[in-house]
Amino acid sequence: MADEKTPIVQVKHLKQYFNIGKANEVKAVDDISFNIYKGETFGLVGESGSGKSTTGRSIIRLYNPTSGQILFEGDDISKIKNRSPRMKQFRQQMQMIFQDPYASLNPRMKVKDIIAEGLDINGLTKNDDERTQRVEELLDMVHLNPEHMSRYPYEFSGGQRQRIGIARALAVDPQFIIADEPISALDVSIQAQVVNLLQDIQKQRNLTYMFIAHDLSMVKYISDRIAVMYSGKIVELASSDEIYNNPLHPYTQSLLSAIPVPDPEVEKTRERIDFDHKKHFSDDQRLQEVQPGHFLYCNDEQATKYR
Amino acid sequence: MEQVPKIPKEKFKLLHKKDDQAQESLGTPSLTYLQDVKRRLFSNKVATVCLILLGIMVLISVFAPVVAPHNPNTQRVEYSNLPPKIGNLDIPGFNGMQNMDGKSVDAYKEVGAPKGTYYILGTDYLGRDLLSRIIYGTRLSLIVAVLATLVDLIIGLPYGIVSGWKGGKVDTFLQRIIEIVSSVPNLVVVILMMIILKPGLVSIVIAIALTDWVTMARLIRAQTFQLKEQEYILAARTLGESSTKIATKHLIPNLSSTIIIQTMFTIPNAIFFEAFLSFIGIGIPAPNASLGTLLSDGQKAFRFLPYQMWAPALILSIIMIATNLLGDGLRDAFDPQSSD
Repeated sequence: MADEKTPIVQVKHLKQYFNIGKANEVKAVDDISFNIYKGETFGLVGESGSGKSTTGRSIIRLYNPTSGQILFEGDDISKIKNRSPRMKQFRQQMQMIFQDPYASLNPRMKVKDIIAEGLDINGLTKNDDERTQRVEELLDMVHLNPEHMSRYPYEFSGGQRQRIGIARALAVDPQFIIADEPISALDVSIQAQVVNLLQDIQKQRNLTYMFIAHDLSMVKYISDRIAVMYSGKIVELASSDEIYNNPLHPYTQSLLSAIPVPDPEVEKTRERIDFDHKKHFSDDQRLQEVQPGHFLYCNDEQATKYR
Repeated sequence: MEQVPKIPKEKFKLLHKKDDQAQESLGTPSLTYLQDVKRRLFSNKVATVCLILLGIMVLISVFAPVVAPHNPNTQRVEYSNLPPKIGNLDIPGFNGMQNMDGKSVDAYKEVGAPKGTYYILGTDYLGRDLLSRIIYGTRLSLIVAVLATLVDLIIGLPYGIVSGWKGGKVDTFLQRIIEIVSSVPNLVVVILMMIILKPGLVSIVIAIALTDWVTMARLIRAQTFQLKEQEYILAARTLGESSTKIATKHLIPNLSSTIIIQTMFTIPNAIFFEAFLSFIGIGIPAPNASLGTLLSDGQKAFRFLPYQMWAPALILSIIMIATNLLGDGLRDAFDPQSSD
């Protein structure tokens, strides 16, 4: 974890609703607040449809948040307009790595042009030579052969493609990267490779990550702090050790009980904790700090109990 | 449980060097995108042949005044309905012989044509040179085809992209317009056009321009809807790419197969539409020739003078088949992933 805790991203009461006012209104993200500190890796876990990807996309402003604030380095970026100079600047500071390495690279573009897209948009290189050189550096950084520049994405494996996606995100020199399930589409043998690469780059360039995933063991490995999301809400937020050793919310307990262990003895006796989706949520609940650095979605009574 | 014995670290040996750059090198040569397209297109023999055929037709059409042996509209009633004849070569079907009352007679001698008068594809009922008329007719059909394609690309493509990309209210509004336009049959449009304009190329092209782009716009809209949720489009947006740039850099290249296939439908459709209008008599006015009027004229005497219909029908068929096959070839050529 970062030594001096300066928040790089502060999310305050973020709501992201779709089809507002219609019969099919969806509250994908429903009033969540959290801070991400400089230099840390913030893990966001939850089941499919819990709103974790939407949270990421709202923060990077692929969606226009319904309400709430998103502060990036103290600056509210939740309302800045597309095409404004502030947006252009923001686009360079925050980047995203996508889930599906097969869908995240334009199949009709060469790797060089894919990686250089950010350079071109922001005019970061003056001439063609400089552009080529920069792309070479980026490819080198993600351990790809610079000769691969003139290839098409389909010539690469999933892991290689994901590394191209990482190089594209790094091209504009961001400080904060949202990794939206970057490894879930990859072969297990490749997952570690990509995660280690992400960690190396984080050290080299002093980056902050928000790591969205549903693979709990991988999240524990990479994250400093973890937030557990369920149906648009953050139900528990604590350091990764705390979440694993001392889960307080029944949903977190249920999630953790589902992790398989590569040990037949343990597996024989492992008991899954059921989570009743109807219980556990009531209107008087909110996310509150029950122990130092450990936040839980609960009502006041429960909070006092845990304190 | 039986414990797996610990294996000392030294016993592990790396099978390959840490330097996995060499391991990841790929084998095929690198080319620019257009070079790639060209190579893939020419490696497809069928498409190459079609391209050459169409190229020849376009060239002949462009240089029609030079190439055509006669003026297509000059009538010589005394030479009417002459069968094909190529020089003095005695090729069956092309020797000027005609079946009359069960006997084969030299039709050219019958009408008293001087020596050295040849009509390679014969003449029609007014004694006009059929070859010249076919050349001019093809020219006209190709002009209609090109204009229809341009309208498709200039109106249909941007319309579809905007509708699909913007979505929501803009899309609803644009789709209602499309529904209104497509509910009017283009035959009605042409007939109404006759009130203001004279029948001819202009009214045909306007009728096509008003109605033909609808299919293209619809297809492109549907595809755009699908593409805009793709992660590479999202990635371009997070990098701050403008909508126009996303359309030209990401959407259009990935829409290219739809565009090409739809164009390959538009071309024969437009040619057919013109031929149909000319056939029913509200298309190209006499004495100008188009493939449609030639077919219409030829059909009248088909049982006795079949050559008058064979030639334009053959040319029309070749254009249709060649555009279709070339379209297939182009679609594959534009796709980097197609095997070759």
